Amino acid sequence: MVVMKNDTMEIRASDHVVLVRQAVRKWAIDLGFSLVDQTKMITAASELARNALDYGGGGTVRLEALENGHRRGLRLTFEDQGPGIPDIDKALTDGYTTGKGLGMGLSGSKRLVNEFEIASRVGEGTRVTITRWK
Amino acid sequence: MERIPILRMGEFLLVTIQVDMHDRLVTALQEDLTSQIAASSAHGVLIDISSLDMVDSFIGRMIGTIAGMSRVLDAETVVVGMRPAVAITLVELGLSLPGVRTALDVEKGMVLLRAATRRRLGEAGDGRDEK
Amino acid sequence: MSNNGKGLPEVLANHEADLLADWIKEQAAGAPRRAGTIRETELRDQSKEFLSLLKAAVKDGSLDDIKGAQWSGVRGMLTDLSRSRGVQGFSPSETASFVFSLKKPLFDRLRREFSKDADALAELTWTATQLLDNLGLYTTEVYQKSREEVIARQQQEMLELSTPVVKLWEGILALPMIGTLDSARTQVVMESLLQRIVETGSSIAIIDITGVPTVDTLTAQHLLKTVTAARLMGAECIISGIRPQIAQTIVHLGVDLGDITTKASLADAFAIALERTGRAVRRVRAGS
Repeated sequence: MVVMKNDTMEIRASDHVVLVRQAVRKWAIDLGFSLVDQTKMITAASELARNALDYGGGGTVRLEALENGHRRGLRLTFEDQGPGIPDIDKALTDGYTTGKGLGMGLSGSKRLVNEFEIASRVGEGTRVTITRWK
Repeated sequence: MERIPILRMGEFLLVTIQVDMHDRLVTALQEDLTSQIAASSAHGVLIDISSLDMVDSFIGRMIGTIAGMSRVLDAETVVVGMRPAVAITLVELGLSLPGVRTALDVEKGMVLLRAATRRRLGEAGDGRDEK
Repeated sequence: MSNNGKGLPEVLANHEADLLADWIKEQAAGAPRRAGTIRETELRDQSKEFLSLLKAAVKDGSLDDIKGAQWSGVRGMLTDLSRSRGVQGFSPSETASFVFSLKKPLFDRLRREFSKDADALAELTWTATQLLDNLGLYTTEVYQKSREEVIARQQQEMLELSTPVVKLWEGILALPMIGTLDSARTQVVMESLLQRIVETGSSIAIIDITGVPTVDTLTAQHLLKTVTAARLMGAECIISGIRPQIAQTIVHLGVDLGDITTKASLADAFAIALERTGRAVRRVRAGS
């Protein structure tokens, strides 16, 4: 698997979330994603960027355009040095009825992508990696 | 600071979400809406999201909050113009919009609101004629 | 397999030019029908490149495993060759013979170099034949895969053409689905239905599955998701044409249709749709 292109963006303010969405849309279009797949990726990116901002105290996102054989994909890695998530399993299964909290963004985003990885340490930070293949 | 304009459409209010919403804008919109509903005794609020190419839980919460506030002020909320890709993604995301009705466009949204208003006023035994 | 492939790297390195010449002659002789289709310079370039890559890979890599990293250059070259030959109209066998035709010149050379050592010759010949067999088969695999890609693309195009969304009346759409619904097809069809709902401003869509023999869990889930998505947009779906077997399957699968309206026939569904959109059908005069 090869990384064809990569870039890193800051997520320190509300406006940055917008910029991240725009960047993800552009990269997804360049990779030839269908409209629905673009929307799914942008929505997941928006959720995770907000999480980094609201719960992680700000962070970064790394965008990578991937090529694996003749398959192309987009990988996003969100990282923050925030408080971390004490119970990842719970965070991933929180229901949507609460309408707030980490649960909705994480568990929902997982459903929108092909690959989802999360690593988090209390007091150190969180890293979430999502990948969508064309 | 920019604010989302709120239009008066007869007995209803129309809000068109066109730009990327950030926190300050959302708060401003919610404040403006509540004061306008109260001031105009509007019976319904239409939120037009036909320009939105995505709806995440942040926007979802905003819509839910607006619907809740409106109901307290005796107005119904209808969301109109959701794009197919957005609807498909929302279903996948598991996000529903509880307490919020939807319609394909503003016109259909107003039909929905009028019917809802008639029902509500009818129940209240208000005696007002239907429109 | 023993690594008595040593001997092979030296032969390839020391006699590259001769092998190349013999091999090109062999290829030309073996496929007279196609002789005109590949220009001689192209054939020469391809053969030269392959030999050079083969020489390098045999020196560094294991002869047992052509999927290894040292063989990626060879594999890449064969992939490109297979694709281009396929496009030019060559059959998979004809393409594979590019590799197989190297056997005779190579074995001739091996026989000359190891004429005094029958055992070594036998081992080397065996190693070489296995290696070239694997490489020849690899070109066939690549060929298969690219044919599959072509078919997949054509299927996609057919999908988009084959399930039309029909307007039954102002504001009422029908989607008659016919044949088995696989995951991919259902997704494409559902997306186009939602798109038509927006384009026509139809608040009711009837999904008729009379022509669908079976429904599996994934298809049922897709149907449900479509109905939910349509609802989010402000349109209602009615599912019609659910045959008894499908009804049983749906119950067995534990799929909950919730409050989705279902009707046995498209006609019934249409009647409901008319009613819901505030219309009635009236007989104006006696029918014939």
